[in-house]
Amino acid sequence: MIIVKNLRKSFGDVRAVNGVSFQARDGEITGLLGPNGAGKTTTLRMLYSLLPPDEGEILIDGLDPRRDAMEIKRTLGVVPDNRGLYSRLTARENIAYYGELHGLSRRQIDERIGQLVTTLDMADFIDRRTEGFSQGQRVKVAIARAMVHEPQTVLLDEPSNGLDVMSTRALRDYVRGLRSAGRSVVLSTHIMQEVAALCDRIVIIAKGEVAADGTAAELLARTGCDSLEDAFVRLIGSEEGLLA
Amino acid sequence: MRGLTTVFRKEVRENIRDRRALFNSLLLGPLLFPLLFVGMMWFLQSAEQERAEQALELPVVGAQYAPNLIRYLEQQGAEIQPEPDDPEAMVRNQETPVIIRILPEYPERWAEGLPAPIEVIMDPSRQESNTAIRRVKGLLLGYSQRIGSLRLQMRGVSPQLASPVMLKDVDLSTPKSRAILAVIFLPYVLMITAFTGATHLAMDTTAGEKERKSLEPLLINPVPRWQIMTGKMLTTTAFAMASLALTLVSFRIVLPYMPIGAFGMDLTLGLMTLLRILLVISPVAILAAALLTLLASFAKSYREAQSYMGLVILIPMIPSLIFMANPIRAEAWMMTVPLFSQNILIGEIIREESVALSWYAMSVSSTLVIGLALAALAATLYNRPRLIFSGS
Repeated sequence: MIIVKNLRKSFGDVRAVNGVSFQARDGEITGLLGPNGAGKTTTLRMLYSLLPPDEGEILIDGLDPRRDAMEIKRTLGVVPDNRGLYSRLTARENIAYYGELHGLSRRQIDERIGQLVTTLDMADFIDRRTEGFSQGQRVKVAIARAMVHEPQTVLLDEPSNGLDVMSTRALRDYVRGLRSAGRSVVLSTHIMQEVAALCDRIVIIAKGEVAADGTAAELLARTGCDSLEDAFVRLIGSEEGLLA
Repeated sequence: MRGLTTVFRKEVRENIRDRRALFNSLLLGPLLFPLLFVGMMWFLQSAEQERAEQALELPVVGAQYAPNLIRYLEQQGAEIQPEPDDPEAMVRNQETPVIIRILPEYPERWAEGLPAPIEVIMDPSRQESNTAIRRVKGLLLGYSQRIGSLRLQMRGVSPQLASPVMLKDVDLSTPKSRAILAVIFLPYVLMITAFTGATHLAMDTTAGEKERKSLEPLLINPVPRWQIMTGKMLTTTAFAMASLALTLVSFRIVLPYMPIGAFGMDLTLGLMTLLRILLVISPVAILAAALLTLLASFAKSYREAQSYMGLVILIPMIPSLIFMANPIRAEAWMMTVPLFSQNILIGEIIREESVALSWYAMSVSSTLVIGLALAALAATLYNRPRLIFSGS
């Protein structure tokens, strides 16, 4: 469960996030939808305590990233926009590294990787060095790496960036699986179909502010539009940054 | 501390698989420097020998004024060449290293028993001509002394009267201590090795991690940032130390093959000597790792980091160069200056002089204090978001 209230962050004169509030419940997928540069990544970075907010409040399962950064990091699984893998390590070693950083035992790590290899279908490349991996393979490793400690809250920044159709389908199935397991999932994206296909709740962010918040049906009802795409354009007031 | 050791183990494993890291840290220094040095000594030695054994070709101006001298020079093996048109130009154009000119007043002054003038035309700023100059001057001086002695004898005076003082060398240098003349460069090479051994790792673990975009995900793990940085610096230090140890071993193997001629040097580095040198130099590895990591953390990419490193590599050279250009007597205060103290101590260790334990302690602790202070500063760098996200 994530509660965000009136979050603000500026870089010099640029107001990247200007009063964002939303909630993300357990067992739901919450989508942060917005054009490029709307402040989605900055919001997520404050959630996983890599950036301190200038103002506002964040509570993740009752913990505040400013006070309990270490505790929060233990309960979070994050696939950031930067998914750099270590190319001289195998996929398994990449995942095990994060498991060790989370303080898991050798046995726990092996067991967990075994499960992840099955759910994410990684058997073909789990023991290969990640040098030369396809985007789809990279995202799978990045997800496995983020999920190795079975986090309650999962943050995904533009997860389907650069993925082909098959990989995107596999990814969506996996994220739905996380929802059924009762986890709280937040994903940011600028792709309409992604939210339409996946998200229970949609938070539309534009120019650092929340333009609208609700289920897909609620957003359609509020704008009187037939499609989510029209609703989105109406809500953010422009077609800027609308790619999909 | 769990995070720290995890980072350390992962960085070691990853970099052992990196050909560039292995080449830079474990091959370049240990192999290149010793071979380069011994090779250079071979070359110098053989070039010098060649010049010394070569027939001395000596153009002479005014040979007709001193036929006796010319005969003497020929007996001594010089090949007298005919008088050139413009001797100065010939020397200046490096056609010949040295020419002697016997002045017209030579016979007259000779007959009167006055010093008879001979000019030695040379350009000593041309290093390669120094051997020839030395040989010619030696021959002329020998001739002068011989004639001087003969003249005294003819007047019934013992030539010994002209040598009122007799010099005798009492040489206290030992084969070990003379060895430092041949290995004066060793502290210098080791100091550079500490830095070159650390450079690639320092850049790869910081700027490289940022460039590969793996820094942000790494920092999301529940490990304090100082532990992550310290784990990285430990890896860098370990590689620098390995580089130093291998370089020392490689010198131990190679040094006995050095052409040391007739100097009578003992160039074997004993195990204790090696360990002592390693003990003295290891704080430098820590200092280098911390300093280089600190700098590389500001860079957005490996390439940007590389552009800083060119300047940093000058730092370890400065004390060695000062010391080589202007050798000074070691004093206690010098032990507090990092890099400088190691230079002095390594010299003393190779000479097998006994060095006060307090000197070791001062050198090690002063360098450690500065190294650890830099490391502490570097360890906090990733608390600044700007450094994490720059370039991403």
